[in-house]
Amino acid sequence: MSCSTLERRRLTVAGVDEYGPYRVLRVADPDGPPPDAGQFSMLTAAERWGGGEDERPYLPRAFSVARWRDDEAHYLLEDVGPGTNRLCELEAGDELLVLGPLGQGFRAPQEGRRALLVGGGVGIAPLAIWQDELDTPASVILGFRDAHHAEGAALLRDAEVATDDGSVGHHGYVTDLLARELSEHVEVYACGPPQMLEAVRALCEEHAVPAQLALESGMACGFGACFGCVVPTRDGGYMRVCVDGPVVDAAELVEVG
Amino acid sequence: MTDFLGLELDHPVVNGSGTFDAIAARRAFGDALLERFPFSAFVSKTITREPRAGNPPPRLWETPAGLINSIGLPNKGLHGYLEHDLPDLARLPVPLITNVMGSTAAEVIELVEAVGARDEVSAIELNVSCPNVKTGLDIGSDPASLAAFMREVRPHAAKPLIVKLTPNTADVAAVAEAAEAEGADAVSLINTLRAMALTASGEPWLGGRTGGLSGPAVFAVALAQVAAVARRVSVPIVGMGGIRSGSHARNMLDAGATLVAVGTETFREPLAGARIAAELRETPANSAQPVA
Repeated sequence: MSCSTLERRRLTVAGVDEYGPYRVLRVADPDGPPPDAGQFSMLTAAERWGGGEDERPYLPRAFSVARWRDDEAHYLLEDVGPGTNRLCELEAGDELLVLGPLGQGFRAPQEGRRALLVGGGVGIAPLAIWQDELDTPASVILGFRDAHHAEGAALLRDAEVATDDGSVGHHGYVTDLLARELSEHVEVYACGPPQMLEAVRALCEEHAVPAQLALESGMACGFGACFGCVVPTRDGGYMRVCVDGPVVDAAELVEVG
Repeated sequence: MTDFLGLELDHPVVNGSGTFDAIAARRAFGDALLERFPFSAFVSKTITREPRAGNPPPRLWETPAGLINSIGLPNKGLHGYLEHDLPDLARLPVPLITNVMGSTAAEVIELVEAVGARDEVSAIELNVSCPNVKTGLDIGSDPASLAAFMREVRPHAAKPLIVKLTPNTADVAAVAEAAEAEGADAVSLINTLRAMALTASGEPWLGGRTGGLSGPAVFAVALAQVAAVARRVSVPIVGMGGIRSGSHARNMLDAGATLVAVGTETFREPLAGARIAAELRETPANSAQPVA
């Protein structure tokens, strides 16, 4: 696992790419520790963080590293609240405060299994960097609300797409496509909304296929201090998504969301 | 150097209990954490006699310039703390203050005796924001209840005892006075202010229904409470609540605090404590910029 620097680093936006409703923030980070696939960073706009709707945002926001290339870290954004709203305003040359990389990333597939990547919506982010790092080609299944959102699928190579409204690809959920792929030859890597992850978890459990889930949770700090980002575990306790995850073995969880 | 209960501290900035997990931070940041530890003493999260899993999520709600948390004091219990956490915490480069809580005097006596017997622990902080099992009211919510509690507990604590006061009371200064009269060596305040957030359908957002408000939103309240307590007690005060710069820290010291604690600001910036200490050195007494 890559350790984070202890200080927040002041970094500059190198560029912004648009994929349908999503923005990829490319952040120049020539001296930063290279992230493991699945790790995340806490992002804060250096200027005007706060003072938005309801005087928010106040806390930093957590984002998986979507790609690490040419001394740039890429983060996938969707404008859904005061934090992402401000981050989506950033343009090349604007500055960010970045803490990371944080958390536990993906682990290689077990012997004899190949990777099957399953993503939903903005949750496809960590699967892109994982696809870059995998030694062997992986099958990729991505789900989106509609054709406009499905433009995000261009972040990964050779993706099969499902949309809720059927406007492109399979009309239905990613789990419809996942079911026929499950076998003793695959290991599933999934990230997406809680309902999707829960469906993936249950399906993999049913077929005895190992799955690594990259969880999302609101978090105040990202490094284990606030205890705010917990999910229930099978032993009756809780784990912190930030330090025990965000990538966790599906077998450790009771259910997601 | 800052003298606090006989400890020589490098600067007057510590962490608020429960706002920094040094063991998890070591995993996230590696040895750099020990080389550049941001606080001049480390205050543990609250330790209870039995292990606690904490409250069901969601546990956080961001407010205008603040945070409501409903964490529920997860910890490994006294035995787990002594066996698993204390050896790691003893490797920190600063003195260790252990925070404890219990709902009966007998429980707290067991805690302070066990923790106080350990050389690694320099002082004990007593969290009195805990409901008394008989009355249902927080032990620290009124002077008489806290005094009765302290009379039983204080003789069993072999280390300096800091009482962490609750702000959710009619007269915090009177409670502080009672703590001092019954042998508190210092008081710390404020704990979080009881707070709530609702979902669109009118249900409590937080798994624990209510939580505690912290962050910049509470600084002005904290300053008033620290100033009120400083007028009534002569023991040292650890002032906290929304501190996020050297000027805020200087304000708190000017109001009568000996140390300041940083909590929510650390969530935004792990090195906030060190930054605030450095800013404080550049902000001489009675020269703070007006802040709110």
